[in-house]
Amino acid sequence: MAGGPPPGRPAAARRRRPGLAPYVLLAPSVVFLVVFFILPLLQGLRLAFTGENGQWGLNTVHGLLNDPGFWSSVWNTLIMLAIILPVQLVLALAMSLLVNAKLRGSGFWFYIYMLPLGISDLTSGIIWYSVFTQQGWLNSVLQDLGLIHQPFIWLSYQHQLLIIATIVVAEAWRSTSIIVIILVGGLQAIPREYSEAADVFYASPWQKLWHVTLPLLRPTLRTALILRTVLAFEVFATVIALAGSSLSVLATKANNAYTQYQEPHLAAAYGILIMLLSLVSTALFLVMLPVRTEQGS
Amino acid sequence: MKSRAVGKYTVLVKYTVLVKYAGAVLLAVWVLFPMYLLTAGAFSTQNGVYQYPKSLWPDWSTGTMSFFWDSEGVPAALGRSVIVAAITVALSMLIGTPAGYAIARYRFRGRNSYQMSIVSTRAFPVVVLSIPLAVFFLQWGIYDTVWAVALMHTALVLPFVVLITSSVLAGVPVDLEEAAQVFGCSRPGAFWRVVVPLAFPGLAAAASFAVLMSYNEVFAASILTIERPTLPALVLNALSASPDPYKFAAAWLLMIPTFVFIFIMRRYILGFGVERRL
Repeated sequence: MAGGPPPGRPAAARRRRPGLAPYVLLAPSVVFLVVFFILPLLQGLRLAFTGENGQWGLNTVHGLLNDPGFWSSVWNTLIMLAIILPVQLVLALAMSLLVNAKLRGSGFWFYIYMLPLGISDLTSGIIWYSVFTQQGWLNSVLQDLGLIHQPFIWLSYQHQLLIIATIVVAEAWRSTSIIVIILVGGLQAIPREYSEAADVFYASPWQKLWHVTLPLLRPTLRTALILRTVLAFEVFATVIALAGSSLSVLATKANNAYTQYQEPHLAAAYGILIMLLSLVSTALFLVMLPVRTEQGS
Repeated sequence: MKSRAVGKYTVLVKYTVLVKYAGAVLLAVWVLFPMYLLTAGAFSTQNGVYQYPKSLWPDWSTGTMSFFWDSEGVPAALGRSVIVAAITVALSMLIGTPAGYAIARYRFRGRNSYQMSIVSTRAFPVVVLSIPLAVFFLQWGIYDTVWAVALMHTALVLPFVVLITSSVLAGVPVDLEEAAQVFGCSRPGAFWRVVVPLAFPGLAAAASFAVLMSYNEVFAASILTIERPTLPALVLNALSASPDPYKFAAAWLLMIPTFVFIFIMRRYILGFGVERRL
């Protein structure tokens, strides 16, 4: 060890003799994360696997599986996720490529595309409620165009898929900006030389996208997919604003269990289920989309 | 033959530029038009909200907005939202930036596992954390306060702040920091005078993330409060019982502050992806 770090390590590593400094700097965040992640997680597991009387067991899990509307909330969540992933990825990619295309006023376009970032899922839900409600904007426009003669009911509990479609629209509108930030970051990290090399060979823009940009963007795309999926399990206020009580997803069931029925055990069980789904889908993306790590981090 | 191919290529490139501008405009309309519709709803007369078919140019009026503002608890809830966002951004930057700096500058035992745990916290959604935390906060006596919501929000944004600041700070060349130390700056001094100004756009972006997430967060806020909700929690609770004018005005009020905020932050957000090339 007297010879110092082995050669070939990054320059910063060779120069630094860290000692205690990094641990002191990390300590506050570690304490905070233990208190606000580990403890609630353990508490959540305890709540989910104990009954009302405090005894350990699967009572709450049974209660969860037999909760009215449980399975439909699972399916609604998964269907929504399945639709929203491709829709939003294409939309976000289009926006990111346009932002990165050095169009005139690219800062202006970026600003506009980022606006929904500052808008809550609740607000987005209400915005699209104003579009899809019976006397809303969509029916108004359709009626003006003569396509319908009386208001069509888009948000009916009888058309669950239609409600899910409106939720997807609202989510695609609102949360695409988060994905765009990630993608633009990834696009800007791609050295210009790649694109210039493709130009030398008269690659069409389409070829450049498929054979140069997208492969280089792969790690970023994976991050975007994971984030989008985790966020989809949390979609909440949009559903309440658009569907009221006529459609439920996992997060609305969890919230209802706590705020309306005062059942923290059941609510925690919903939470744990959402966490498991997030973990499994994250793991799936990591395995299915391996990324070479030649640069390290 | 070759020059013909090049000519075709030039035409293709010109055509592509046109398509790009058309696409950019189309996507901008997709983002902005719903905001206009909400604004038109929030600034109609209350009767105008129920008019059908609606006109895209309503009878503009502040009646709907003042009806909402005079509704019970609205100004107080807005005040609480602002306080919660302020506490969240202060706490998360104060705790997160040093951690980000440690990751960016030091190679030490446990660095990778720390990073892994930070990343993996993203798998614990707000739904998982807020319900058990509600039980804790009841025991600690801070349930239904701005602190309960702000602590929860800080936990949510802290991993983001650590990751963003670490990548931002890694983009500031070590040489500059060391040069400052050679010329007599202490290590914290060099951080404050050299690193922070250089990394400011990225740090501001991290802070902006924290504010936005806190201001918009509704799930935990609705779980952790009863009598003293933040604005989104208040609106959510009232949603099923409230008339459309209330909803539209509420949504407009929730939309506007962040509208202004992103305008202020827009250059810094763009700086987000650039830091890796420094």
